[in-house]
Amino acid sequence: MDYFPLNWGKPRATGDEHNWLATPGMAGAHARRADMSPTCYAPAGPTSHTSSPIVTGTSVVALKYKDGIMMATDCLASYGSLARFRDVERMVPVGNSTVVGASGDISDFQYIQHQLKDLEIDEYETPDGHHLGPENVFGYLHRVMYARRSKMDFLWNTLVVGGLQDGKKYLGCVDMRGVTYSASTIATGYGAYIAQPLLRKAVEGREDTLPEEEARKLLNKVMQVLFYRDARSLNKIQVTTVNASGVHISEPYSLPTEWGFAENIRGYGAAQN
Amino acid sequence: MTSIGTGYDLSSSTYSPDGRIFQVEYANKAVDNSGTAIGIRCKDGVVLAIEKLVPSKLLVPGSNKRTQTVDFHVGVATAGLLADGRQLVNRAREEAYNWRSTYKEAIAGKALADRLAMYVQAYTLYSSVRPFGSSAILGTVDKDGPVLYMIDPSGIYFGYRGVAIGKGKQVAKTEIEKLKLDELTCREAVKEAARILHLVHDEAKDKDFELELSWVCAESNNKHAIVPADLAQEANAFAQAALNPDEMED
Repeated sequence: MDYFPLNWGKPRATGDEHNWLATPGMAGAHARRADMSPTCYAPAGPTSHTSSPIVTGTSVVALKYKDGIMMATDCLASYGSLARFRDVERMVPVGNSTVVGASGDISDFQYIQHQLKDLEIDEYETPDGHHLGPENVFGYLHRVMYARRSKMDFLWNTLVVGGLQDGKKYLGCVDMRGVTYSASTIATGYGAYIAQPLLRKAVEGREDTLPEEEARKLLNKVMQVLFYRDARSLNKIQVTTVNASGVHISEPYSLPTEWGFAENIRGYGAAQN
Repeated sequence: MTSIGTGYDLSSSTYSPDGRIFQVEYANKAVDNSGTAIGIRCKDGVVLAIEKLVPSKLLVPGSNKRTQTVDFHVGVATAGLLADGRQLVNRAREEAYNWRSTYKEAIAGKALADRLAMYVQAYTLYSSVRPFGSSAILGTVDKDGPVLYMIDPSGIYFGYRGVAIGKGKQVAKTEIEKLKLDELTCREAVKEAARILHLVHDEAKDKDFELELSWVCAESNNKHAIVPADLAQEANAFAQAALNPDEMED
């Protein structure tokens, strides 16, 4: 309850109740002028929301293959240029047939994870025989992201949703502005520039015949290339497979890399020529 | 046993001279007049079973279910006024949601039972509302293992290893006491629960009933789920056989 009597009877826009800077009385205490004139109750600070992400994840890549979809992310959460948290899981299962991967601000993703859990619980508590599929989860996330952008209070993420909806493969991505895109191959961040051409070349037209092993090799290669070129990536990755038997998120594993070519370059390599 | 509380039974806020609140006792009568519901805490989980009386053949089978889920992991079986039972579960769902928002974890059975009991008790304080006309059996598996609680219209709740509410509770309780609860597995308990409910069902007074069986155990991933169809069928067959031992097939 707001105990400051001068705030009673002043309905504010929703969402501002907890913004201490927006409500006069709290911030007014700091800005109070000696003469106690009415202007001392003006809000001391502007209302502002997330204007830049803090702890971030890099690319998410995903593709459709013969039995379903596969998605890969690395396990890094960067703090600017610092590779700060190196065991982060940037993909979560939602129900039995959907996986959501996120790049961008990790705290916003954790909030989204909580929202998704509430969605799952709501669905589970209603025994109507229906289960959430990727298209439903995607539709929900789209609405959330667009609503936040319309309030100018972004969730600073690009989310990739993949899975099987009634046996049909589905892959979509939605970004912080609420822009959506659906295709057989999806890649966010640096992946959109580096990985997407590789994915498209290998997958387009072969979505229903691409075998799992080949899809896995392709994802590993793509994540390897991203590790070479994206300065905010890590070679420790996870790969998720969604098929008829459910959502399987692998344990994190490391990709091998080859740096031997550095020997031939002046100033680099162990030999230090 | 009819006791007339003449004059002292008009509102929840009135005590009788011998210290009773008749409105709460009458609420319990509503529970005692409904179809039986039982809960059994086994060594590996919890089983809930309900004798859902079907008053008319025109009702779609499977409608008006009395088993409900709170969050993923808590099963609630109610007896008494069905609508009151649903309101109770709605409150339980809110409590579970708020717990998750604050503590980022699933609510424990004990905590939920406690919240629900406090809520029910609040409705016994004022003359402007009536007490809940239903009891709730809450079953879940949390980090302390399987737990079973029952909250009655007065707001009292206890933890149980086996509990029965509704019409046939006396007979059902006797049957449950005969079971070796410490050794019983959920699979076995499902069959026993079906048998007990078929036993207490009064064919003469209430013609038709649907047996609602649900459980929380490792097989259901510690989520509250309806017992799989094949096991439910097995349980029904077992119950029928126990009722008519001379007609058993060889």
